[in-house]
Amino acid sequence: MIGLGHYLVVGAILFVMGVLGIFLNRKNIIIILMAIELILLAVNINLVAFSAFLGDIVGQVFAMFVLTVAAGEAAIGLAILVIYFRGRGTIAVDDVNRMKG
Amino acid sequence: MGARNCREPCRRCALPLSRSRFLQGSQDNVIQAFAFYLFATIVIASGALTIVSRNPVHSVLWLILAFFNAAGLMLLIGAEFIAMLLVIVYVGAVAVLFLFVVMMLDIDFAELRAGFTRYLPFGLLIAVVLLCEMIFAVGVWNFADIGPDARMGTIDPDVPNIEAIGRALYDRYLLVFEGAGIVLLVAMVGAIVLTHRERGGVRPQNIGKQIKRRPEDATRNTQPEVGKGVEL
Repeated sequence: MIGLGHYLVVGAILFVMGVLGIFLNRKNIIIILMAIELILLAVNINLVAFSAFLGDIVGQVFAMFVLTVAAGEAAIGLAILVIYFRGRGTIAVDDVNRMKG
Repeated sequence: MGARNCREPCRRCALPLSRSRFLQGSQDNVIQAFAFYLFATIVIASGALTIVSRNPVHSVLWLILAFFNAAGLMLLIGAEFIAMLLVIVYVGAVAVLFLFVVMMLDIDFAELRAGFTRYLPFGLLIAVVLLCEMIFAVGVWNFADIGPDARMGTIDPDVPNIEAIGRALYDRYLLVFEGAGIVLLVAMVGAIVLTHRERGGVRPQNIGKQIKRRPEDATRNTQPEVGKGVEL
């Protein structure tokens, strides 16, 4: 029988895959953004799994809020990416130092 | 599992038995397990392909597949609304946004792949350590004995999922919901402000100027003598 542990393991694997994606594609910020989406998806799977298996609807409500933030983050991230590309002509981000920070 | 309306939590895992309404009979169990393993395998495989694809367009497509199957996983445990929301928001909006940006920018992706193998051992090390830690944590972790009173909003099997979410969202979490709306508004305004640019060298229509224009400013009556011409 499928239990909460199964879902948590799927969420954990997906989360780790997102982290690995950030490590592997250090230059390509598009893939980094997609890896962040994977991480947030893993978080959502965990929230929904806990919600269903503990019998509490609030987990699903919070999954919606995570979804909201993920959508906003993707929009802003891609907007920053577009203006960065306009200025530099590349999206290699491993040596970003425009602001000399 | 005949006790559909039993409100007592199960002794072993402190779960209300009524939640297992979709687990009646071993046949359904097998189907559910099969569906879970199918969806989980595809989610994980397409997640892996998302981060290792050479072409970012393929990455986006694998991401879409991952989201579809995650929606399937959520359907299996009765979260229909979140599953539909995943499909609509991610596949319908976010993934299309990614595709649009990937295809709009003229990027040399081969150059961006450099360093992929260099970071591979380190990244794999971190990933394996993180995964082992998480799986150990899941393995040794047990349910605390949560009583029904400790829940913020109990899932009632007779209330549809979307109605239950609506009741929680527009009641206890109304302010947070408004905050989510503000987050989306700020994201929208921010994205427009960031990417909008005034372009020089074009002559856009100036509606105010057009409306302010009067006939006496535009035309002039002259009666030139023959052969003298008009001075403009």
